[in-house]
Amino acid sequence: MDAEARRTRADRFTPEGLIVIHAAASSHPPPGDSALQERIIEAGYRDSRYLLELWHFRELFYFLAWRDILVRYKQTAVGIAWVLIKALITLLVLTVVFGRVAQLPSDGVPYPLLVFAALLPWQFFASALTDCSNSLVGNSDLVAKIYFPRLIIPGSAMIVSVVDFAISSGVLALLLMWYGFAPDWRILILPLFVVLAAAITFGAGLWFAALTAEYRDFRFIVGFIAQLGLYISPVGFSSSVVPEEWRLLYSLNPLVGVIDGFRWAILRGTPDLYWPGLAMSFVFALLLLASGLWYFRRTERRFADVI
Amino acid sequence: MADVILSAERLGKQYLLRHRVAGYDTLREKLAENLRRLTHARNSGPDPRAATLEEFWALRDVSLQVNQGETVGLIGRNGAGKSTLLRIISRITEPTEGRLRIRGRAASLLEVGTGFHPELTGRENIYLNGAILGMPKSEIRAKFDEIVDFSEVAQFLDTPVKRYSSGMYVRLAFSVAAHLEPDILIVDEVLAVGDAAFQKKCLERMAEVSRMGRTILFVSHNLGLVKSMCRRGVLIEGGRVVCDDVVDATVAQYLERFEATASANLLERAQRHGTGRVRLSRLDIRDSKLAITGRVAAGQAVQFVFHVTGRLPELTCAFTIYDSIGQAITCFDSALQDSPNPGAVTGTSSFVCELSELFLTPGRYRINAALSCGDELVDHVESAAMLDVDQGISGTQLLVATPGYGSVYMPHRWVGPC
Repeated sequence: MDAEARRTRADRFTPEGLIVIHAAASSHPPPGDSALQERIIEAGYRDSRYLLELWHFRELFYFLAWRDILVRYKQTAVGIAWVLIKALITLLVLTVVFGRVAQLPSDGVPYPLLVFAALLPWQFFASALTDCSNSLVGNSDLVAKIYFPRLIIPGSAMIVSVVDFAISSGVLALLLMWYGFAPDWRILILPLFVVLAAAITFGAGLWFAALTAEYRDFRFIVGFIAQLGLYISPVGFSSSVVPEEWRLLYSLNPLVGVIDGFRWAILRGTPDLYWPGLAMSFVFALLLLASGLWYFRRTERRFADVI
Repeated sequence: MADVILSAERLGKQYLLRHRVAGYDTLREKLAENLRRLTHARNSGPDPRAATLEEFWALRDVSLQVNQGETVGLIGRNGAGKSTLLRIISRITEPTEGRLRIRGRAASLLEVGTGFHPELTGRENIYLNGAILGMPKSEIRAKFDEIVDFSEVAQFLDTPVKRYSSGMYVRLAFSVAAHLEPDILIVDEVLAVGDAAFQKKCLERMAEVSRMGRTILFVSHNLGLVKSMCRRGVLIEGGRVVCDDVVDATVAQYLERFEATASANLLERAQRHGTGRVRLSRLDIRDSKLAITGRVAAGQAVQFVFHVTGRLPELTCAFTIYDSIGQAITCFDSALQDSPNPGAVTGTSSFVCELSELFLTPGRYRINAALSCGDELVDHVESAAMLDVDQGISGTQLLVATPGYGSVYMPHRWVGPC
């Protein structure tokens, strides 16, 4: 393929403004082409083309995600079935401990369904947060030796958990069928809560990824969150067991809103939504995401020096 | 077409060196430091911790202009700042001061194989590595066969690279990188990979890239290679550009500086490696009349005398002779001698190496010397001495300079045609 043809092909994907940089970056104009765009690099420079750069490196995003998925289950006998095994065993333990032993109320829903509807967002949060936080350190050779927008690394690290989430959703569908429990119109609102969960996770993940790059302490903090969060979030029990006067305080944990939302959407509105808590979750998610992006972008240029 | 593609204006990069034992930055340390700073602000004494922070300029005041299509060789000693400059150009790290204007995209072969994943197959790694280096998928696909051909590992394409030999691994990694076509290609010491045949292929590939009109920044300690690849040479020393000229002049300047630092008293040299239990204090070169000199005629007897500050059991001495472009010519190692070293037995603290005839062609040579104790490197001094070899005679053979055709003479005679 000659350079000219390649250029046209590259341009097809790009809006008007992108053409110049794309030609310079990837489709290799012949020497002497004056289309090469100048870039000025100095201390504290702001790259106004960051978004374009992200777009240019989108394939790297796919490839890193693809690598993580591929590598995760290489040399395992049952492969991706581990997602199912892990989910089902956790489900079993939580159901027995909270439903049978502690005899907590289930709001009239089969207890395993109550638990699994919460386990879905929780496991996504826990694994995505862990992967995201460790992603920069785990790819330190790339960070130290090659340039690309660093945002790609934590971003692609989340994708593995998205895949796991999709598989677990399939398990949930099977469970619902097993119990003959048909969700109603509320299930259509579920994507909104998925987005909420993703925003909280990515926001927190960005903070922790950037912080872990410099201070390895945060690795342990993330470990604590992923471990203890299971007990302080309403995963094994319904948040309706929390006394009314403590409800608002309890909702400071942004996952409370997410989990309640998942249950509400999947289990035909049981328990009822606690609106102040949900509103807080949304506000919190927005703040977390915005501040996470801000902090990550601010520290990004130092990663190669401190990692 | 003097089209400036890269222009550095007074670039500088500062690192803060924190002197302490080891380990990561931990939050506790940072907090403790802040706390100390707070308390010290009141009692105004100098912060004892502050003294342990040292500013270090890896690069300072570097101005440089590179035109499109140029192949520029960067030379300098280890730690001179070459890699820091390249890291700024490839946007991995940002400068502390100054600015860099760059047109188009720079891609670096800083280290081949970066981002290779051992669990993935060769095929998978080609795509992954291509993406990491910034090649669009369509381009990797178009060049896939070419890359595989170049790497000579076609047979093992579907084997995880963790099962590759290190040679195969490096060949595959380099092949992907070699098919990158950025506007500015940065090559940092990566050609030292693979066997001679593969290296030749890599050099040809680089020449091809250069012919296509791309700009190449080339870093190597192999001065011969730099001379053959580049027309222009830039010498960096102590973070500054000290010479920017045609490559021959720069290389000459580099070697001269090497010599300038060569003081006769080796104990004054700061640049040395090793545990330092004992040190080389002087290297004398004696001619056939045992007079100390730096100048010997080819074909004559010569003695190398290494003075050492002390004795250690099993201390051995080795030295290597380099030619004017930095190629190692030959090396001598007392550890390889069968009979015990007389110096060690008699207890004098000097090693003496005798050559009954010096079989080097006329020219300027440089000597690196090292002391070892088994596996322990005790002391290592670069450019311990310079050796000038003049024209001379060995038997009936006249020893003259043969530039470009080697610098070692082997005793021989012609018996034919009869």
